[in-house]
Amino acid sequence: MSAIAFPAPRADILARRDAIIAGLAGLVAPEALITSDDERRPYETDALTAYRRMPLAVVLPSTTQEVAAVLRYCGEQGVPVVPRGAGTSLAGGAIPQEDAVVIGVSKMNRILEINYANRAARVQAGVTNLAVTGAVMSEGFFYAPDPSSQLACSIGGNIGMNSGGAHCLKYGVTTNNVLGVTLVMLDGSIVEIGGAHLDAPGLDLLGLIVGSEGQLGIVTEATVRILRSAEGARPVLFGFPSSEQAGAAVAAIIGAGIIPVAMEFMDKPAIEICEAFAKAGYPMDVEALLIIEVEGSDAEMDAQLARIVAIAREHGVKTVKESKSAMETAAIWKGRKSAFGATGRIADYICMDGTIPTGQLPFVLQRMAEIVKGYGLRVANVFHAGDGNLHPLILYNCNDPVEARKAEDAGNDILKLCVEVGGCLTGEHGVGIEKRDLMRVQFNEADLNQQMRVRAVFDGEWLLNPAKVFPLDGRVAA
Amino acid sequence: MTIHTPTTEAQACAVVASVAANGTPVTIRGGGTRTGLGRPTQVVSTISSAGLTGITLYEPSEMVIGARAGTPLAEIQRTLADRGQMLPFEPMDHRALLGTEGEPTIGAVAAGNISGPRRINAGAARDSLIGIRLINGRGEAIKSGGRVMKNVTGLDLVKLVSGAHGTLGFLTEVTFRVLPAPECVVTLVWPGLADEAAVALLSAALGSPFEPMAAAHLPAGIGADQARTLLRLENFASSIAYRADALGELLSQYGRPERIEGAASQELWHSVRDARFFAGSHEAVWRLSLAPTKGPRATAAIMQALPQARWFYDWGGGLVWLAVPADEDAGAAAIRTAIRSLGGHATLVRAPHAVRAVVPVFEPLAEPLMRVTAGIKNSFDPAGIFEPGRMYAGI
Repeated sequence: MSAIAFPAPRADILARRDAIIAGLAGLVAPEALITSDDERRPYETDALTAYRRMPLAVVLPSTTQEVAAVLRYCGEQGVPVVPRGAGTSLAGGAIPQEDAVVIGVSKMNRILEINYANRAARVQAGVTNLAVTGAVMSEGFFYAPDPSSQLACSIGGNIGMNSGGAHCLKYGVTTNNVLGVTLVMLDGSIVEIGGAHLDAPGLDLLGLIVGSEGQLGIVTEATVRILRSAEGARPVLFGFPSSEQAGAAVAAIIGAGIIPVAMEFMDKPAIEICEAFAKAGYPMDVEALLIIEVEGSDAEMDAQLARIVAIAREHGVKTVKESKSAMETAAIWKGRKSAFGATGRIADYICMDGTIPTGQLPFVLQRMAEIVKGYGLRVANVFHAGDGNLHPLILYNCNDPVEARKAEDAGNDILKLCVEVGGCLTGEHGVGIEKRDLMRVQFNEADLNQQMRVRAVFDGEWLLNPAKVFPLDGRVAA
Repeated sequence: MTIHTPTTEAQACAVVASVAANGTPVTIRGGGTRTGLGRPTQVVSTISSAGLTGITLYEPSEMVIGARAGTPLAEIQRTLADRGQMLPFEPMDHRALLGTEGEPTIGAVAAGNISGPRRINAGAARDSLIGIRLINGRGEAIKSGGRVMKNVTGLDLVKLVSGAHGTLGFLTEVTFRVLPAPECVVTLVWPGLADEAAVALLSAALGSPFEPMAAAHLPAGIGADQARTLLRLENFASSIAYRADALGELLSQYGRPERIEGAASQELWHSVRDARFFAGSHEAVWRLSLAPTKGPRATAAIMQALPQARWFYDWGGGLVWLAVPADEDAGAAAIRTAIRSLGGHATLVRAPHAVRAVVPVFEPLAEPLMRVTAGIKNSFDPAGIFEPGRMYAGI
């Protein structure tokens, strides 16, 4: 399967491979430079495994200065660079190309400073998302964005893709939780943007860098907000006879002025897949499941849940099941967060990530079912109901090229549908290569040209993660 | 001076295209209540958003509101309040501080990234701004973001434009996420604390599970003879009762707090939000952004050089509002020297025209960032027509 094109590797760069490797060898420690076929292979792809390209070389620097030296060298030599965090991108954000040097930040994995009074932590970009929470948990703090891959994914990658998670309804996504970064630019300049204070001076470059998918520079360190955890948290399962009723209940809860910390939706196929894997006690006799999590003291959670249960009953809820223990809570979230992995046990799948206005939910669910059925495939739906960020999992067999192509086509149709109803192509995974060729569905030429002109300020030659985000034709350099 | 007042986006494109063809500088005007922000500019015409008004989208159950840029902020707030909702970031009203009149607009709130006390917990205007339509300096209408709160499609030009003070283009429409308004609001007030102790109290509270939505400290002489340290709780009534008690207990070493509610609480926070303590004076006013615990260290250092300085703290200590004599450089050198080693920055919010013309109003940037800033400006506005020099000289 090869529906998504890569730019043709530049022959002049491939021909200079030995010289480029020799140049890199002079800049970093020997163990930081990977050139053999076997050792480069793990860097061929990320979590979008259907696509892979062997990079020219891989560099794993240990310091910001090494990153700067390598970037400056690649910039001078005109060699493309693909930044990489932990390689968990579902959108292909870290997939390299044959003429590119991968710069991975995985060795830069130290927590540099924690300041509880200022509620900020300074970390290197290769630190995993969960490790930040792990470092501050003993004091009752946490780092809020919680993508499903949080055990493996890195803060650098999170910043690159502006990652979200299940709890961003209340706490926001990465861009709302990063205070500052150290950014290495293509010419090797090292700049500090923001810091431990809330507002950076001048234009909001921090807001631009977060979510820029490695096209503007490489972030090597970040100051992130850490928050005090609530006194307690309790997820509750609500089983509904129909998706429409579940959707209406979500709207009514928000309408009543309640913002639960998370509201997660699963349809029947997703419930079956996740329950088989996690044995979380999900109800099996319902068409739609909401996991709603509330926070606070016991009395506060009781009061908030009483309101939510009353609203759910008005919308025909069939089953209400509260977590009674930490183990049950863990099992409930394990089921949801392993939805993708659990799906992978029964079939290959592609995971979509569009966002829709939540009012369009019943219509979109029905249309998605029709689209996927039209291709003769199946779909399981898990999504963040409070903010309309959908994750339809389209099931297919990757050894069947025809079916694989159909799955991609179905996914593209679904994303177009998301844009048609007022939403967007990607809510938290990023564009990468996966949604690159759909960008013109959401943006017109003037919109894209303005974005590309901003990009060109940082990288006029299109060397940084060049195959990503913007369609390969019609690119603007300045 | 020519004032252009387009009533449609197409007209706005035509106006900008013609201005760009002449290459003449233009200022952007909403309600005119914040015109004194930034460096003074030399312009020959004005583009007003007064002809672009009205709410274009409001879906309470999706917590989203969109409006044309010239829509009065008051209309947005009234519409939200009717459905029990609010803008999360509590935008400051600059009229008292700057001595201006007029009606603040939603477009200016977006363009200036105008936030208030709730920013410490609920984020700034830029965090709630989810979509924009903008006329760039080529006269092209462009969009970024949209109407859904989770959206990572393409480069985030929304944030770049928010806080650019009109230097990148003319906003025609903005879309914000909103929040439910709290059922109940209570302010706890601890009297008589010195700055260091007050910020320690605020840090302890903000690091507690009880979620203060605003945290400020007013030293003695700011609005009252006695110092006041303020925490604001917003929640359901039953939670407020519990959390106020829990915070009182957690912070018992600082004495017993007084509780104020209703109009008295609201009035006090409006004074904090709008820096009204410095309204009507002849002092220059600065806004310092720091890590919260560094606020008192900054003011102590500044006091050494500028003994007449007055100040108060918002954002748990991380935002210092500072009033100093307006002569010479309005204390710029002393203030920026004092905070340089602390890792923050200072913005001159109010000063006479002549001072703002020579003192860098926004913190000077490192050379590579200044180069990027100039590049971004050029990418939006190649003819350099929008508010030239408003943020940095020559940009």
